[in-house]
Amino acid sequence: MSAAVSFFNPTGQTRVLPGFGLSLGYTLVYLSLVVLIPLSAVFIQTTSLTWAEFWAIVSAPRVVATYKLSFGAALAAAAINVVFGLMLAWSLVRYSFPGKKLVDALIDLPFALPTAVAGISLSALWASNGWLGGLLVPFGIKVAFTPLGVLVALIFIGVPFVVRTVQPVLEDLETELEEAAASLGAHRRQTFTRVLLPVLTPALLTGFALAFARGVGEYGSVIFIAGNIPMVSEITPLIIIITKLEQYDESGATAVAVVMLLFSFLMLLTINLLQAWSAKRTGRNR
Amino acid sequence: MSIQVEEISKTFAGVTVLDRVSLDFPTGQLVALLGPSGCGKTTLLRVIAGLETADAGRVILEGEDASRTHVRERQVGFVFQHYALFRHMTVFENVAFGLRVQPRKQRPKEPEIRRRVTRLLELVQMQWLADRFPQQLSGGQRQRIALARALAVEPRVLLLDEPFGALDAQVRKELRRWLRALHDDLHVTSIFVTHDQEEALEVADRVVLMNRGRVEQIGTPDEVYERPASPFVYSFLGAANVFRGRVEGANVRVGEATLNHDGSDADHGADVVAFVRPHELDIVTDLSAPNGVDALVRRILAFGGSARVELDGIEEVKAGAEPTHYEVVLPRERAGTLTQGQQVRLVPTPLRVFRQEAA
Amino acid sequence: MAITATLHGGSPIAHGAHRYENNAATREQPWVRRLILTLALAFFVLFLLMPLVVVFHQALAKGWGAALAAVTDPDALAAVRLTLLAAGIAVPLNLVFGVAAAWSIARFEFRGKQILSTLIDLPFSVSPVIAGLIYVLMFGAQGWFGHWFIEHDIKIVFAVPGIVLATMFVTFPFVARELIPLMQAQGRDDEEAATVLGASGLQTFWRVTLPNIKWGLLYGTILCNARAMGEFGAVSVVSGHIRGQTNTMPLHVEILYNEYNFAAAFAVASLLAMLALVTLALKSWVEWQANRPVAQQEII
Repeated sequence: MSAAVSFFNPTGQTRVLPGFGLSLGYTLVYLSLVVLIPLSAVFIQTTSLTWAEFWAIVSAPRVVATYKLSFGAALAAAAINVVFGLMLAWSLVRYSFPGKKLVDALIDLPFALPTAVAGISLSALWASNGWLGGLLVPFGIKVAFTPLGVLVALIFIGVPFVVRTVQPVLEDLETELEEAAASLGAHRRQTFTRVLLPVLTPALLTGFALAFARGVGEYGSVIFIAGNIPMVSEITPLIIIITKLEQYDESGATAVAVVMLLFSFLMLLTINLLQAWSAKRTGRNR
Repeated sequence: MSIQVEEISKTFAGVTVLDRVSLDFPTGQLVALLGPSGCGKTTLLRVIAGLETADAGRVILEGEDASRTHVRERQVGFVFQHYALFRHMTVFENVAFGLRVQPRKQRPKEPEIRRRVTRLLELVQMQWLADRFPQQLSGGQRQRIALARALAVEPRVLLLDEPFGALDAQVRKELRRWLRALHDDLHVTSIFVTHDQEEALEVADRVVLMNRGRVEQIGTPDEVYERPASPFVYSFLGAANVFRGRVEGANVRVGEATLNHDGSDADHGADVVAFVRPHELDIVTDLSAPNGVDALVRRILAFGGSARVELDGIEEVKAGAEPTHYEVVLPRERAGTLTQGQQVRLVPTPLRVFRQEAA
Repeated sequence: MAITATLHGGSPIAHGAHRYENNAATREQPWVRRLILTLALAFFVLFLLMPLVVVFHQALAKGWGAALAAVTDPDALAAVRLTLLAAGIAVPLNLVFGVAAAWSIARFEFRGKQILSTLIDLPFSVSPVIAGLIYVLMFGAQGWFGHWFIEHDIKIVFAVPGIVLATMFVTFPFVARELIPLMQAQGRDDEEAATVLGASGLQTFWRVTLPNIKWGLLYGTILCNARAMGEFGAVSVVSGHIRGQTNTMPLHVEILYNEYNFAAAFAVASLLAMLALVTLALKSWVEWQANRPVAQQEII
């Protein structure tokens, strides 16, 4: 352990509290066993493919169609969530209305409700004989078993991300900022666009990125309502399962997984940068 | 520009914060609203600004009832205790904000905005910081920018809420002097809220003393300090020794002792509370002097030209009770003759008395 | 990374909205307010409330008897047992890990701390399908260790151990993510004081640290458990989908649904929905408990 200590503790300072070696050692071992080694398996498995083989798999038309749907629907759902999530967070912080505590508690429903339950429930709701799907039939709009269904499921999944990143920022916002703007003659609309929105933007973007990242990888709530028609309503995580894994084409599944993982890492980086920006702009440290 | 408030009342959740307050703020003066925290001074300032709506009463700006006017139309400049600068804007943009949000027809052209903002930044001596962001400034610098921002819209009145409250002692003193000088240049009618009596007395033309939602006294710094109108004002403005007793002719009887009073407001037999400032109390070592309270010297703190002597009332010490504490300020050389534990007599020069029920 | 709700991130509705509604500078015109509130609540009802209501409505479509029969079916009960088993293993392991990780990250300075903190978040940003896939790659018939396990007649993938592993992966960060910022915010003063007063490491942990972090720990555990019991994608990949043996509750719901046995699928789903509601209620209760003393301090 002495080697580890000198590496992790380059300045050689004394640590007053006990348990550093034990807790850090356990953390690193457990992290490696459960997360890092299994994840590296994906990348190592891909090395069995040549670059041309890899490219052929990840750029096959059917796979590209899933990218378009997964990324497109996740982007649209995240954008819709930014708009309505802001309104929900705003209402929860700024307005009093009956049932507010219940609404506030249920915002986290998508975190707590198993995705499979959400999936079958959403497809029952939006099917053409469902409560909401039935209302759209006269307009010739079909939601369940079409790309629109994917969008609906991803909106559901993304709600808490935006609300829960914006809500604390709104709560911490000093009313003095708005009072200062008003005393300087600004209208409410000007105060919102020039004073509030710039402060909320990093949090809104963070919520957007979180919802987007989650939406691209989402599986359970989507597959029941999507219909899973190749080239039309098939999502990328599904193609890993159906076309690759179930056909025992592990290399093929892995190649698509690598594309998704690289995207995840990119989003992770983006989100960390956004949060640093948000902390700076709102004056909150962590 | 004159401001009057008439019969302003305000309650928060059943607590009366302002109780029928009427005040007249003369044009061009710098007025301090002074009082302990919770006395309603900040609420009054916010009511004048239109940030708070009074339950009753009127705010009159330049002879017009402005009670129903929205804060953005009142043309008041408001400076917040914690500055409330917009973090995502540069210093320049902060100051320009009030000009940029004006209706298109009244809004000055860009070169005019630049000219006016630059002039204001020169006025507060901050032009070299125009491109910085608020986080890059010190507290004192931020407060100057907040003031420049409030002045940019050419307010009819400038309202400052504890403007130096968040600053450390050194900067505070410096900024006080600077604010006074700035006011002498601009003569904008200004009201500032403070709980620091030294600050109010040093900076303001007039001081309004508030306590529990009411106005206790209005006057120049000299008037309120020299002639306090109530026991509250006396004890709030500077250190004071307090005696409680009963009037007996020209004296006040406090326990065993008798003390001379100044003759005002003292009917024979009335219960009174009496005050005397530390520098108005004399220490005599002659224990047979006709007037005075006996006390034991507990501590002598000598620095500079004067010394502060802390004493305990002897009656309580003898009775084994918690003693009354007295404080006396003397020239240093006189304090040198005293020793710790020595019994002395305290003789007040003028003892200011108030009826007990007023206290 | 604020992927899940956090306890310390400002208590929801901490101050009440009156301070905004009574302030001329922070309130909107009545019609604007009504518009925002209407749109927000309509969105809430359409996308959150109705999906929840539909679960219970559909579960009872064929009456209470059918719902009860579906839930007490031997295969359903086996699924419940397996779900409880997987959560029962994954949650305690991740809890111990969370405490260890938070202790090392929040109490000590060391090189690479930021990277470690980011790596802990990794499972949150990986698609659940990939979380399943990685264990197939490691332990499947063609996997790295697959050969060895087959020789020794140990089944991991398409069996219970795979389900437990996948559950551990997807719930990995929950407790750590909750505790690290909480303990960082609290600082190490309390522990240092205890050490100076002569407490041993374990005494310090049990008597000082644990009481300070108990609500955060509970909060993280509740969320971790909800995800462990509800995970679908990752478990679906590693499960053999064998009824009565490798089916968790969410997988059982899927099978019933794909057999067009909707009422039964929703009946089992309603159990999971109730779990979600209990989770949310507990979560609100913990938030209330954890913020109560703070609110009292503020008044004093």
